[in-house]
Amino acid sequence: MKIKLTFWRVVFILIMAAGLYSTFVRYFYGLGAVSNMTDQFPWGLWIGFDCLCGVMLAAGGFCVIGAVYLFNVQRLHSVVRPAVLTAFLGYLLFIVGLLFDLGRPWYIWHQLIYMNPHSVMFEVGMCVMTYTTVLFFEFLPSVFERFNLRAPIKWIKNIYPVLVVLGILLSTLHQSSLGSLYLIMPSKLHPFWYTPALPFLFFGSAISVGLAMTIFESTQSAKAFGRHLELSVLVELGGALLVALWVNALLRFEDYFHRGMLGQIIKPGYEAYFLWLELSLAFVIPITMLSFKKVRLSPSGLYLASVISLLGFITNRLNVSLIGFETYVGHHYLPKWTEFSVTLMIIAMGFALFGLAVKYLPIFPEQEQAAKKLVRTESRPVAGAAVLGHAGD
Amino acid sequence: MSKALLYDATMCIGCKQCESACAQQNKLPYDDKIAAESVQSEHKYTVVMTKDDKFMRRLCMHCEHPACASACPVGAFHKTKEGPVVYDVWKCIGCRYCMVACAFAQPKYEWHSRNPRVRKCIMCPERLVAGKQTACAEICPTGATKFGDRDDLIREAQQRIRENPSTYVPRIYGLNEVGGTCVLILSSMNVEEYGYPASAKIGDTPMPEYTGRVMSKVPDFIPVWSLVLGGIYWISHRREEVAAAEAEETKDENGSKR
Repeated sequence: MKIKLTFWRVVFILIMAAGLYSTFVRYFYGLGAVSNMTDQFPWGLWIGFDCLCGVMLAAGGFCVIGAVYLFNVQRLHSVVRPAVLTAFLGYLLFIVGLLFDLGRPWYIWHQLIYMNPHSVMFEVGMCVMTYTTVLFFEFLPSVFERFNLRAPIKWIKNIYPVLVVLGILLSTLHQSSLGSLYLIMPSKLHPFWYTPALPFLFFGSAISVGLAMTIFESTQSAKAFGRHLELSVLVELGGALLVALWVNALLRFEDYFHRGMLGQIIKPGYEAYFLWLELSLAFVIPITMLSFKKVRLSPSGLYLASVISLLGFITNRLNVSLIGFETYVGHHYLPKWTEFSVTLMIIAMGFALFGLAVKYLPIFPEQEQAAKKLVRTESRPVAGAAVLGHAGD
Repeated sequence: MSKALLYDATMCIGCKQCESACAQQNKLPYDDKIAAESVQSEHKYTVVMTKDDKFMRRLCMHCEHPACASACPVGAFHKTKEGPVVYDVWKCIGCRYCMVACAFAQPKYEWHSRNPRVRKCIMCPERLVAGKQTACAEICPTGATKFGDRDDLIREAQQRIRENPSTYVPRIYGLNEVGGTCVLILSSMNVEEYGYPASAKIGDTPMPEYTGRVMSKVPDFIPVWSLVLGGIYWISHRREEVAAAEAEETKDENGSKR
């Protein structure tokens, strides 16, 4: 078999090579050799981006599952599998990122035996562990279909309602708890970002990001895999995104208003610039764009608005985890190139795994239909929404 | 009763014997080069700083309600009944949440180790259990670092301020900060000038309370939210179930007629 060397494959190989070098440095010479983290800056890019942003960007899974199964919005059914796949891969890669960032990753299982229920980190850890398992089960039907296994599909179908409720419960808990992590440092985190409302803001933004991410990934995979794009689904998601962004923006405003910060956030300054960048990318620009019906009805408009708001929320997480500490610490933190290379490697792995999954598993609607014809359990559609429609049988 | 250390900066002569005693007690390297280092690190749990011919010591404050112990997901930190906040390295997974959570930035890390540990002053717990004072207090030639019961030391500190009001900044740093600490500091200068966090900034509320307010709601939130989600699920699927059941019934009836 001959593998063609395309531009992206070369990029992928280069990223993997750099990442593997950094992996070697990380495990043989320690965190200090591979990163610019210090006693003053114990959390760097890997927590700020790989963990905080990673989990946030994987929120599409529970948002779409919630819409389709919890609220029974069947119109969105075609994006369930891509969203669940993205979320599942996202959480797996989050765990990979954690194995880099933890100082003693070989003891990660201690989480299960030395429990400290007062710790927010403990809650996040347990939720992520369980939720990844839930996502695994939500993802399994496409694997079973691929191999034409009827019995396990039925089995998963029976527990699907439990998976749906459990998945959303766990997501609510840990998406908000990632914000609660920072509640214990009122004297360190800049007041632009330190607020008792952090858990609510983190959860709210996870929903916006989940919707934006679903638009982004549907459009992107339509382009990459030459799929037909269902405009009606995107338009529906875009409308929901607009509402979610408004709710988030109002929450942010309320928070600044109640803490009497409105006067301070408009004064120019280092933190203010980052806050303005965050707020304009996350709210001002996408909300303005999506307010026009023309944008809301065009695939490229929806795509652009989603990407901009995603960048805004990524800025938000980096502000909370990195920029917001610089004044307290007294100096800047800039990740070392090896830190970037590990992050890039993890992202590249994500893209590659997504591509492989799409290639070999029935993820997209047309593939799903084909697979279902193959399986034909009692001439009834297998897994997915239709199955749940028959849950009462 | 909880033990504590009272550090009176006005009595300190900057001899750094506490540093070397600490290093010896904790089996850390100590030489002239390390003595000259003016910051705490993984090999320097305590440091004597100099500013304008005045000295100031830094070490773990041993909070009454330690943020590190509350933050650690595997409970690698705990406060003993004698007062020290100690670290169980065999539990640690290396998440470094303790370092981020500590208002005094005391936990330090072995950044260049393959199996790194968190390092900080642990207030000589074995010595305390054996009825001895901490290594730093024992060696201090002037009594600037004094070991004793926390309540006694507070009374003594208040008395010193009363007797020499012109010498001291009229407060005991650590009395109420973050809910009180087992290291109490008296000084003629504001401790903030030596890098200690300002009292106003860290406040008197124990840091674990900020996360506790949220964490305490979790046990109630889980069943309530599950019920709400389950309810939504049931309602939004009920109509379909009814329709499906009715369809089944008509089918059965048709079947029996035949």
